[in-house]
Amino acid sequence: MSEVEISISEKWGYNGLAAIKEASTAYKMAMGFFALLFLVGLAFGLHGFFVGYRHVYGVTREIAWGLLISTYIFCVVTSTGLCIVSSFGHVFGNVAFMPIAKRAVFMSIVFLVGGFCIIFFDLENPFRLFIWNVVSPNLRSNMWWMGTLYGAYMVFMMLEYYCLLNQNHSVSRIMGFLGLAVGIAAHSNLGGIFGMLHGRPFWYGPYLPIYFIFSAAMSGGCAILFFTTLGARFNPEVMNETMQRAVKAITLLTIYFIVVIMFFTLWKIITGLVSEGKAPVIESFLYGKYAVNFWFFEVFLGMILPLALLIISKGRKYNLIMWVTGIQMIGIFFMRYDIVIPGQMVPVYHSLGVVEASHLLSYTPSWHEIMISIYGVSFVALLYLAGERLFNSHQLQKHEIVPEGAYVCPGCGAIHYMKEGETIEEAMKRHHGGW
Amino acid sequence: MRIHGIKFDDTKNEGTGSVTKMERRKFLKMGFAIAGVFAGGKILGLTSIVGSARASDGIEVEAYPYSPHYSMVVRQAICIDCERCVDACKKTNHVPDYGYRTRILTKKYEGKWDKAVEFIPVLCNHCNNPPCVRGCPTKATYKDPITGIVRMNSKKCIGCKTCILACPYDARYFCEEKRAIDKCDFCWDERLSKGEKLTACAAACPTGARTFGNIADPDDIVYKLVHQAEEVVWVLRPEDNTKPNVFYMKGTIGSVERILKGTKYRYFDPTKI
Repeated sequence: MSEVEISISEKWGYNGLAAIKEASTAYKMAMGFFALLFLVGLAFGLHGFFVGYRHVYGVTREIAWGLLISTYIFCVVTSTGLCIVSSFGHVFGNVAFMPIAKRAVFMSIVFLVGGFCIIFFDLENPFRLFIWNVVSPNLRSNMWWMGTLYGAYMVFMMLEYYCLLNQNHSVSRIMGFLGLAVGIAAHSNLGGIFGMLHGRPFWYGPYLPIYFIFSAAMSGGCAILFFTTLGARFNPEVMNETMQRAVKAITLLTIYFIVVIMFFTLWKIITGLVSEGKAPVIESFLYGKYAVNFWFFEVFLGMILPLALLIISKGRKYNLIMWVTGIQMIGIFFMRYDIVIPGQMVPVYHSLGVVEASHLLSYTPSWHEIMISIYGVSFVALLYLAGERLFNSHQLQKHEIVPEGAYVCPGCGAIHYMKEGETIEEAMKRHHGGW
Repeated sequence: MRIHGIKFDDTKNEGTGSVTKMERRKFLKMGFAIAGVFAGGKILGLTSIVGSARASDGIEVEAYPYSPHYSMVVRQAICIDCERCVDACKKTNHVPDYGYRTRILTKKYEGKWDKAVEFIPVLCNHCNNPPCVRGCPTKATYKDPITGIVRMNSKKCIGCKTCILACPYDARYFCEEKRAIDKCDFCWDERLSKGEKLTACAAACPTGARTFGNIADPDDIVYKLVHQAEEVVWVLRPEDNTKPNVFYMKGTIGSVERILKGTKYRYFDPTKI
């Protein structure tokens, strides 16, 4: 092994804080804007934390999980999705997907931390979590598993990212596989939290754990398309041949998963209509209080429009892809909202026929909840913008700084080192296994 | 159609030939009442199956898993919605203004019912199979191993609110003062552990709509009310399979007294099968 000594920053493609300073004024202003939103949202959160959430949140005794939980779910679904999409390439060796891996893993961690930022302000006693989750675990509780598995997921993803930066692809692959396995366990378990509350018919059943995984894959495809095409606007150099191939492959994949989610949604509606417990919720989707959420945001913006436009884009019209996936992310946000809130709208004593429970419950997010959601999303946006600059658009080094004895892999775009007497093709096979 | 004073244990087996259709109907109806068919499910089957033995089809003989196994029978027809129970509960358990551990629901009947309005007191059902306990990540809420009361260990509560959503009886709320979820504990902390026999709500009820006691004790009035053969007893949301320990019946003012005097009700006694 004759690896050439190079500095960590070169190896990682880490451009340092100077890269941010060199950014255009508009870029810096965008970062400043999100930093401001982040701080303002944080201030709202801390205010709520100290005066008591009861006074400032819109959640009630009956609808105890509100906008914060749905935004948290939006973030962690996207995180798992990015992990799933990244794994196609650098875990399972599908060369076409490899160039997006670094950005996807980075954003996966960012979304997860963004989700944690939000749920911190939903838990009434977040600090007790760290003590009692360890000291007094309830292994039958999905909530316990959620904390534990997402914790493990974050560790694996960080290790994976570190190995990706270090170009240690064999370890990164193992970490990626473990991250994927734990991520899928964590995420289906998140669906299980809802799916195992058998007092809530709209949620109860095996549907949500399965739906969450496919929905995550769709979100992941959508998110990486958005972040890649947006990244190419900042640094057009990124959109090289391998990246063009990756975008095409992911567009196809996202189209596929949108169709899967349409199928899921269709059957949710059809089966729900014949269930006494689910029908009031489904009816509110079809022509009631949640009709706009469902038809416009969830179905039109989240499924039909992106499906049509992604097909039209053929994976080549990058501006179109950027706009449509950006819009789809708004639709996906409403998809999450439409799981969490309507699931609680039927009062538990509704079937008893009493006056107090004769109407469906309603919920309106308060300003505090909206600002705390914005705080989490701004965190994601800020770190995305910072990451693009700090890590050289998540590409590896430019050609001129490829060290001696190394080459830019035509498959994954990473820098590979050749052993003595090895050709590029042999080295590529060694790095990417027999795939 | 009620059966008065028939001593089944003393009757001879006359064969089925001599049973008239009317008697057969009475007998079947009684069987249904025991088995809880009217309530849409087996009543006895709704309590825990721990130690149960099947005596005959539809009747499960129980060994109740806790001792004392605290339970409540609500006779909803005699609740007058005075809310003294709610007030007594708030006072005894220091329940804040924004919360409640028990409340009274109003049911209005339309059509040919004998009453136009009925009031249904609801509280924590102290289920034998409690979804809240399963959902809690840190075992902050737990089933008391002796009494079967679903209690809170407030210092462990992280405030994730999973138990609020898991509960099909709306029995939980977040109490700011305790920084934890608060719920009915059958007045364990404030009364039962100090030697009192009744919960504050049962003690405060002027009509006796709430009867509190130990369902594991065949001499207890709660046992007798649940196991009598003549009035239908049911639980709320049986479909959730929570095996609640709060039972409901229409009931009358005299139900308890008649049982005590042994004049009207017969009740199901598993030891005599």
